[in-house]
Amino acid sequence: MIQLTVNGKAIRFEGDPEMPLLWYLRDDLDLTGTKFGCGMGLCGACTVHVNGEAARSCLTTMQSAAGKTITTIEGLAGHGSSQGEHPLRKAWKACNVPQCGYCQSGQIMQAAAMLKIKPKPTDREIDDQMQGNICRCGTYQRIRQAIKMAAGVKA
Amino acid sequence: MTGTTRDVSRRGFLGQIFSAGAFVVAAPLVTKLGAQPDGTSGDAKTWQPNVYLGIEPDGTVKIVAHRSEMGTGCRTGLPMIVADELEADWARVQVIQAPGDAKYGSQDTDGSCSVRDFYDALRAAGASARTALENAAAAKWGVPVEECAGQNHFVVHAKSGRKLAYGELVATASAGAAPTQNGIRFKTPSQFRYIGKDMAIVDLDGLVTGTATFGIDARMPGMVYASIERPPVMGGALKTCDDAAAKQVKGVRQVVMLDLAKPPYGFQALGGAAVIADNSWAALQGRKKLKVEWDLGEHASYDSAAYRKTLLETARQPGRVARETGNVDAEFAKGGKIVEASYYTPMLAHVPMEPPAAVAEFKDGKVTAWAATQNPQAVQDTVAKALGIRKDDVLCNVTLLGGGFGRKSKPDYVAEAALLSKQVGKPVKIVWSREDDIRFDYFHSPAALYIKAAVDEKGHPSAWLQRSVFPPIGMLFNANEQYGGGQLGMGWTDIPYVIPNLRVENGPAKAHVRIGWLRSVSNIYHAFGVQTFTDELAAAAGRDRVEYLLELIGQPRIIDLSKEGLKQGGPNNPKYPFDTARLRNVIEVAAQQSGWANQKAAPGHALGIAVHRSFLTYVAAVVEVEVHNGDIRIPRVDVVVDAGRVINPDRVKAQFEGAAVFGTSIALMGEITAANGQIQQTNFNRYPVARMNEAPLETRVHIVESDAAPAGVGEPGVPPIAPAICNAVFAATGKRIRELPIKRQLS
Repeated sequence: MIQLTVNGKAIRFEGDPEMPLLWYLRDDLDLTGTKFGCGMGLCGACTVHVNGEAARSCLTTMQSAAGKTITTIEGLAGHGSSQGEHPLRKAWKACNVPQCGYCQSGQIMQAAAMLKIKPKPTDREIDDQMQGNICRCGTYQRIRQAIKMAAGVKA
Repeated sequence: MTGTTRDVSRRGFLGQIFSAGAFVVAAPLVTKLGAQPDGTSGDAKTWQPNVYLGIEPDGTVKIVAHRSEMGTGCRTGLPMIVADELEADWARVQVIQAPGDAKYGSQDTDGSCSVRDFYDALRAAGASARTALENAAAAKWGVPVEECAGQNHFVVHAKSGRKLAYGELVATASAGAAPTQNGIRFKTPSQFRYIGKDMAIVDLDGLVTGTATFGIDARMPGMVYASIERPPVMGGALKTCDDAAAKQVKGVRQVVMLDLAKPPYGFQALGGAAVIADNSWAALQGRKKLKVEWDLGEHASYDSAAYRKTLLETARQPGRVARETGNVDAEFAKGGKIVEASYYTPMLAHVPMEPPAAVAEFKDGKVTAWAATQNPQAVQDTVAKALGIRKDDVLCNVTLLGGGFGRKSKPDYVAEAALLSKQVGKPVKIVWSREDDIRFDYFHSPAALYIKAAVDEKGHPSAWLQRSVFPPIGMLFNANEQYGGGQLGMGWTDIPYVIPNLRVENGPAKAHVRIGWLRSVSNIYHAFGVQTFTDELAAAAGRDRVEYLLELIGQPRIIDLSKEGLKQGGPNNPKYPFDTARLRNVIEVAAQQSGWANQKAAPGHALGIAVHRSFLTYVAAVVEVEVHNGDIRIPRVDVVVDAGRVINPDRVKAQFEGAAVFGTSIALMGEITAANGQIQQTNFNRYPVARMNEAPLETRVHIVESDAAPAGVGEPGVPPIAPAICNAVFAATGKRIRELPIKRQLS
């Protein structure tokens, strides 16, 4: 049996330990904000936080998630809590970032993890941290704009 | 909606969205599209504009969005049009997604036509409801209706200062006589409240919190998951299938066979061996354990490298003439200067971030589906045909789409879910991996182009011959089709230059994979050929590109191909003449905005320009490139768009920002290849698309203010990008790109 914490809740899992966290979140927990995009860690659509760090849930097995604290887009601080809206969410809305929106959960989770280690990122650092997240609609320039807005750095 | 059951009964759709007391703008109100806002008479037979809205007694306005949202913003933009004419308070508008139903008119969300095909109709729907409310208020107050005006959710009688909320008028409006077609009072554009203003999309909150529902998120009670092993080559036949190991995988319930598709393939499910499981992971794992042998069939000889050669050779042979003026051959024979070139663009895959996704249940002879589809009526047709039931017995609910780009207007994947549900007796969610998505796409066709011009002493073409060769989309519906048909109207026969001797041809090409339309379709290669060749002619003549382009386009005029007995590219609609003044204007504005005249040439750093009209919209792009050790960076793109009247300018800008990225993927890296009939790319590692560090750093979109009829927005931004990039690369490096993608051509 595997124990982990998802969005603040203690969870016990008794299925296939090789199953990627992605499918557990989506199919078993119905946390569908975390998206499938490639299954190989190539696109970033499935990005969640594992112990506060960005991770691709399609490559994170349940076994390796044992004992870890998982945060998904649904659990990103601010949503439905007293902490107020997450600054990235505010910025994403102010910049009207999403087109189809499918990749945006992963983009926001990746950006949120980046801002913890790079609170005032440069263009170069944003490129480095965000290039693993594909947006086929091509919202990159607004993603960059929103990250800078949330970080309070000049556009 | 996450976590809820999404099974609405078909009959109950209207009943569920509107309460018993609602004023539903129902059929008798406007029986057909009559008078239109611009005073022209409408097309009476198409459909009824009365099914799009209703008002609840509490004042809530419910507007039905009948087109699919895949990122263009139409789920916001179309309701904006209704709400504007209705004079509704946007905060009190609820948008309801319509299931597939012919009563809404076409729901086929492609061809960049959601606004242009429904602008008048949706205005009529909103205005007729407001007129009815104004009539109701006038009757209540006993005053002339001319003194009553709908204003932001109230009808106001200015003279007496009285006002009634829309909700208070619902009962009276429902009982009153419906306004006649000619009795509808439209707003003037200067009175528009929402049209032309930046509005946030209605799904914004759900998208940034992860709670919006896409096709891949849809659930039905008791559903199982399916992953299908399909024929690796188009037309392949199943020889043997050993499913013993697959059935041993924990969570796998059974393996069932689906009949294989037969040509012409259309939107049919491809068929194969389906692993049915308790979750997505088990289905995918079980699928890996299947041992399937195929008889690969006639297309197993398909090799894209050899095919490329054949296309290029065919393009050097006389083809079918699609347009001809003057005498090209006589001019070529005169012995003047000749410039000629061949171009090639490869197969492309759509790769929407959400792969094809649907869940469907067959029960009591009927199908209910939830699908990420661009075309729910095609789902009804395809599923009905596949299962041998009536179209009316297929309910297709439409989720948000995680990108579409044309892929999701072909509902083969929904048919798979429905067919499997019939076999297993449960709702089935179909799981497409990225590998499935790429290998079993409806590919954008590879294309070879040949262009030849005789040029005079000024470098102007006196004769121009152009030939394109590509396996056509028509192969989906006629397996033997080898000619382009309507695809030739996409930036080929409608070449906008003044050339005394012109011949446009199309050569034959047999398809070996399913071919389909991808965002901007044939305009991609046609614009690449024409706009690159134009740059080559200008270079040969030593001319400034902007001046030269303007000279080729010539003095402002209306291009009317119907005078030559040809169909105009796009719908033959007198509201959308091909006006070269607008084409010239976008070039001139692009030159201005990009600082073209003052550009400082430096080694490895230059601007390039291209212009193209598609989907009735005029677009010019100036792209700045930096080439360093074979790597291309794009610091800036200036795009100028004349799409007529725009509804939501911010979303229009977003579409063109995105198109610049989409075009960058096409120019720099997009390439699907095949060997032994099988697609060689499987995921984003071998089929890369532009990432943040590769995309243009900044795309500035300049919208030309216009009160012309609204034109297309989703697609027309794509075609000029690749040629503009390649023209800039030539200016920066002297290397002419005649074949896409650029990839390693510069190193």
